[in-house]
Amino acid sequence: MTLNTTTLNNGATNGAAAIEARDVGVSIDAARLLDGVDLSAERGRFVGLIGPNGAGKSTLLRALASVLRYQDGAVSLFGRDLEALSSRNIAELLALLPQTPPYSQGFTAVELVLMGRYPHLGRFQVEGREDERIAHESMRLTETDAFHERSVDTLSGGERQRVFLARALAQQPQILLLDEPTSNLDILHQLKILTLVRRLVDDGLTVVTAIHDLNLAARFCDRLVLLNRGRVVADGSPETVIKPDVVERAFGVRSAVYRDPATGALAVSLIEPVATEAADVAAT
Amino acid sequence: MAISVLSTWPDRVRRRPSPLASFRQRGVTSRLTLGAAALSLLVILVGLAALSMGPVDIPLTRVASIALSAVAIDGAEFTRTEQLVIEQIRLPRIVVSALVGMALAVAGATMQALFRNPMADPGIIGVSAGGAFGAVIAIATGAAGWFFLSLPAFAFVGALGAAFLVYGIALLGGHFSMAALLLAGVAISALLGAIVSAIVITLPDNEALREVLFWLAGGLDGRSWEHVRIAAPLILVSAAILFLFARDLNLLMLGDDEARSMGVRVGAARLLLLAAASLATGAAVAVSGTIAFVGLVTPHVLRLLLGPDNRVLLPMSALGGAIFVMLADTAARTIIEPAEFRVGILTALVGAPFFILLLLRNKRRVQSL
Repeated sequence: MTLNTTTLNNGATNGAAAIEARDVGVSIDAARLLDGVDLSAERGRFVGLIGPNGAGKSTLLRALASVLRYQDGAVSLFGRDLEALSSRNIAELLALLPQTPPYSQGFTAVELVLMGRYPHLGRFQVEGREDERIAHESMRLTETDAFHERSVDTLSGGERQRVFLARALAQQPQILLLDEPTSNLDILHQLKILTLVRRLVDDGLTVVTAIHDLNLAARFCDRLVLLNRGRVVADGSPETVIKPDVVERAFGVRSAVYRDPATGALAVSLIEPVATEAADVAAT
Repeated sequence: MAISVLSTWPDRVRRRPSPLASFRQRGVTSRLTLGAAALSLLVILVGLAALSMGPVDIPLTRVASIALSAVAIDGAEFTRTEQLVIEQIRLPRIVVSALVGMALAVAGATMQALFRNPMADPGIIGVSAGGAFGAVIAIATGAAGWFFLSLPAFAFVGALGAAFLVYGIALLGGHFSMAALLLAGVAISALLGAIVSAIVITLPDNEALREVLFWLAGGLDGRSWEHVRIAAPLILVSAAILFLFARDLNLLMLGDDEARSMGVRVGAARLLLLAAASLATGAAVAVSGTIAFVGLVTPHVLRLLLGPDNRVLLPMSALGGAIFVMLADTAARTIIEPAEFRVGILTALVGAPFFILLLLRNKRRVQSL
């Protein structure tokens, strides 16, 4: 795993968290999308953001990546205020995998992955051998090298998602923000990608991921943050967050939580939606 | 047996990479060097051919020896008249045509990438309509006769004035968007077009009317070194800026968020790209009138051949556009000798059918653009 270790040490010198959000609030027009959100991830931690649709998971990730302006609160990367960093410095430290890969305009997979080297190149530079090596290594890890010369627009949704993950890895970030990285993937690649991310985390990468699948979240993440209606409603180890009463209150779903005998991980069986009135009460 | 032939043969055909596919797999530097070398050679060949053609036929060997004598190498004989025709009439005109083609094609490629829209052309934010407006004002008021370059000056001011106006409208309300920019460009172009029509209809004398129509059809007749001197710095500097920001343009093509999360300063980069493209277009329009289709078709053809990477596409478009307009202008001034055809009419007349043919042949790939 040579991919991230080379750049991991600079920046992580002080004891500050890799990424920390304090009291972050985001409003777009009249809608309050995030309100007083606190979130922090130590270096080498895998934090899962869970919550129902519209809870603010993507908004939070976009705010953390400085793609979306937040009106209140503060975000810091390794103790440095996000607003004081140039967009290029941010891109050197942090990569964001968007939920829906954008239309890629006829670029081939390898061309797209090489774009991940942008923040590391000067105005008069083009990608060199080292950049190509990093891009190919990222594509090998995400198993996208088989179609590296194909136009990304001709790939399946899952393949495309993996190409964009490869690009995020080629950026060699210290912090990786993933927005539903497994949403388009088959079960094999869901496991492969999360195993890969887990391995990178064990090597020192910090990851915050939005994720819908509570079982995968509980199994792969160190910590879970449950968002609902723009606020953090639970934050802690999977054991403290994935509990039937918490799940019911946030999602309106009756569930059973137990230890999976096959994987040894915490597992949750989703039984049924709770009655509508109860869900409405729960939501308010 | 038959089955094995059937199952292997198409595979082998599919796997054999086309020369262009393997060209695309090369690195940016290698693609740029090879492409630039090939197209530059073509620019020189077309230029030499264009120099020898015209009302006075000057054989290529004499063109070559005139060129060599300029760098103090004595070659074959040539007459003083031939030298004057080449140096003072044909060469400046050919240089202007190359510059105009370069400007329009690079600006077109930039606008198509910025607007993520293959329909975008260099004049999309009102530059062409503004140029026409400025030129028509100059002709109608008689200002065109004030001094030698007053017509290009008016056209240039009109072009950039329209671009500023459109950009200003898109900024109003504090919420800039590319869609607003596009719509403001369409609206301002329509408005200026209407004013131009109104002026043309009310023009009192036929001479001015003819001059307006001539200008609107785009032409390079009588272009001198003066025109080169005013257009070249603007076009070359703008093109250089666009080349340097081609990588930012690649990321902007994928979306603002994408570009931002990759460290591009989206607002600043986009403003610079828009300004440079408009400046190049304004300079081209000022010295040539409106030459249709070059800025739309050249980047398209090259994108189909070379892929979407703007770091390769922009420089190749510059050379390709130069070749296109050089060829079109040479045809315009030679096919109905001694009269002249308007180059702007010819680019559309030849460019459009060619473009349609290309679209039909590459329909599948065009959809993926």
